[in-house]
Amino acid sequence: MCLAIPGKITSITEHLEGTFRTGKVSFGGIVRETNLSMVPDANVDDFVLVHVGVAISVIDEEEAQKTFDLLKEMGELEDLGPEPKLEGS
Amino acid sequence: MKYLTEYRDANLVHEYVTRIHRLVTHPWSIMEICGGQTHGLVKNGILEMLPPQVTMVHGPGCPVCVTPLHLIDDAIDLAYRPEVIMTSFGDMMRVPGSRESLLEAKANGANIQMVYSPLDAVRLAQRHPDRQIVFFAVGFETTAPANALSVIQARAMGLSNYSILTSHVLVPPAMEAILSDPESRVDGFLAAGHVCTIMGLEEYYPIAEKYRVPIVVTGFEPVDLLQGIYETLKQLEEGTYRVENQYARVVQDQGNPNAIKVIHQVFTTSNRIWRGIGEIPSSGYEVDVEYGDFDARRKFNLGDREVPEHPDCIAGEILKGLRKPYHCSQFGKGCTPEHPLGAPMVSSEGACAAYYHFAQMKNEMVHGG
Ligand code: SF4
Repeated sequence: MCLAIPGKITSITEHLEGTFRTGKVSFGGIVRETNLSMVPDANVDDFVLVHVGVAISVIDEEEAQKTFDLLKEMGELEDLGPEPKLEGS
Repeated sequence: MKYLTEYRDANLVHEYVTRIHRLVTHPWSIMEICGGQTHGLVKNGILEMLPPQVTMVHGPGCPVCVTPLHLIDDAIDLAYRPEVIMTSFGDMMRVPGSRESLLEAKANGANIQMVYSPLDAVRLAQRHPDRQIVFFAVGFETTAPANALSVIQARAMGLSNYSILTSHVLVPPAMEAILSDPESRVDGFLAAGHVCTIMGLEEYYPIAEKYRVPIVVTGFEPVDLLQGIYETLKQLEEGTYRVENQYARVVQDQGNPNAIKVIHQVFTTSNRIWRGIGEIPSSGYEVDVEYGDFDARRKFNLGDREVPEHPDCIAGEILKGLRKPYHCSQFGKGCTPEHPLGAPMVSSEGACAAYYHFAQMKNEMVHGG
């Protein structure tokens, strides 16, 4: 569960004084809402390493691709799953 | 080893293996801290490529594995309260407590929802103002910023129905505990890449100095692992003990200062019980009094209790590098990933589970499966 997954920022949807900086990040086509407050300098099209919904660092594209392939191989991407459907909501 | 021959860096793997064989003149034990690395070493057959003098000792593994039984019981008890919706990462759902797992409790009527992120749990709290949402905040340093952020968000949103049950463990104190154990046989460490993405290298300098052990921050690919092992062995053979960063393309020496700030805002350091190891001083995070309203322990007045482990489980000795999973009388018999008796069999990143899984895979290959 400690592995972080690389993805590409496709949009930055909110920017309320940094704390609630969020955006959409694409993980090989699966798009998830991601908190971007730990990477205040990241922009659209940048690659970030995301762990449980929070981007923890900016990385380069080549590294992103390598890590992504490896995680796919390890079956670690299942964690991402579909956008969560919260019961009763 | 099908995977390796197909892997694009097969040549590089071969080169590092050759270099390692040339380099080693003494018996050495190297511990990899992270379960993702254990998984990588076993799965890619790297353990078998190393010279017989080199022993890889499998470290504490993953936060799921070291979460003590009594905390799982606490989470399940909370989930049975009518006003509570318990939320958890998927990994934690199957881990058995002393009576049942979260998944079984859910089937038996407890209110439990799996979430991908603690921030999803905060959203759930927003949508259910009449319910108490508790998030089972399990993790190493990597997960701490996300869990801390969820508390900060909940406060900023004025939510009084969100809290977290923390089971946060920290890597450097565990390394110290292992090193200061007179029985332990660890000469060098591969430090966990993603933990260092958050915390940086700073905490490792005093450990390398005090215990005279090389510590190499290492990634997860086969080549990363071999490179990390090679660099560690090189230091051991030369008699040096520095902190090195093999994973510099991802890990910066100072870590992520924004993340560290958020962690310190919400958490304070406390003693923690590690499943399979016991209590380690200052090895975990608790919610700071400042954010006490968001601490499930305080909110629901959870007391302390101890739940004994299975008497045959030798997890402690495995973690110290004294024995291997196949030395355990229960390995693959009474203890399997479906019915784990101890911590290292619990998640796929635990040492016993990794050995179990890949021993089976090998069997199938040999017997034409
Ligand atoms: S095989 Fe099971 S019982 Fe034996 S040490 Fe591993 S986890 Fe413990």
